[in-house]
Amino acid sequence: MIVAQRKSIPELIDILKGHKKILMLGCGTCVTVCLAGGEREVSINASALRIASRLKNLSFEVEELTIERQCDNIFIEKAAEAINRNDVVLSFGCGAGVQAIAERYNKPVYAGLDTEFIGILEERATWTEKCIACGKCVLHEYGGICPITRCAKHMLNGPCGGSREDRCEVRADRPCAWQLIYQRLKDIGELERLKTVKAPKNWNTSIHGGSRVIIREDHRI
Amino acid sequence: MSNESFEPLLIAFCCQYCSYSAADLAGSMRLQYPTNVRIVRTPCTGRLEVEFFMKAFEKGADGILVAGCLEGGCHFTEGNLLAKGRVGYTQKFLSECGLEAQRIRMINISAAQARPLVDHINDMLATLKSIGPSPLKRVNQPKNAEMNV
Repeated sequence: MIVAQRKSIPELIDILKGHKKILMLGCGTCVTVCLAGGEREVSINASALRIASRLKNLSFEVEELTIERQCDNIFIEKAAEAINRNDVVLSFGCGAGVQAIAERYNKPVYAGLDTEFIGILEERATWTEKCIACGKCVLHEYGGICPITRCAKHMLNGPCGGSREDRCEVRADRPCAWQLIYQRLKDIGELERLKTVKAPKNWNTSIHGGSRVIIREDHRI
Repeated sequence: MSNESFEPLLIAFCCQYCSYSAADLAGSMRLQYPTNVRIVRTPCTGRLEVEFFMKAFEKGADGILVAGCLEGGCHFTEGNLLAKGRVGYTQKFLSECGLEAQRIRMINISAAQARPLVDHINDMLATLKSIGPSPLKRVNQPKNAEMNV
């Protein structure tokens, strides 16, 4: 899922300065699960913004609404009336959600969250990055552990030799991805895979080749 | 309003398994506590959401006391620990909004601790008196936002 974090109230005030009628629009999918932009977070942030507005004489009028998904037209349509009766939309969706709303309505749409990464819930209230969406998955080569995302040096032929115990030398709070890859391949009896030197990766499939589009002709009418 | 004449409105969310019974016991023991505390009985402090606290402040509460079971003694195992985190999170929001973080506090009380509960309430009221009334009572109060007490 996409993992995001909230912006602080002073940041939101700075973004919204000069506007009056604000629609705080939550998203019921990824950002709800990562406790950043669902119905509950929208309610908390809307209260906070109203309090700050009264204390700082900003005259914000904040309306709250959460739709199932901000990146899907069918659900966006359900917010049409609320979007139309407000001056500005403060989206509590991910970056894709913000842009999906902005493309469809001719009024300011701002991001209320910082979109961080594609990740998983590692343990209670802890999310970790697992994928950078490079467009050419190599997980089968590395026992299901992505060296591009989880090795700080993105090494396809590791390890770098700098790890201490099993910790990454760049971020000591994170495990060395190559230690994990070695252990995992050993456990599943596929250590042989490491004997092949991997060729440099073609990054054209990633964001470095420009923003990507996928068209499924078989599903188009 | 001078701080001497100011009587703070304190909302005390009390868990029914501990502090609510302690408040009841305080009554049986004829222990007195000020009348400006409004006790709200909750099934567990883990039921309390940050939204509840923010809404209470928005509607003009001067302070909030969250009274849960002793750590390790929650009827639902960890409800009071969840509440502790949510109170901390609310304090962050209050600071960002421009309100004092001390306006909300979590305490842990057993059902037998009537006297400590009264002491905590008095202490919280003293804190609120020292920081003064919620500024939200004075400024741009929307018509429907005033707390009915």
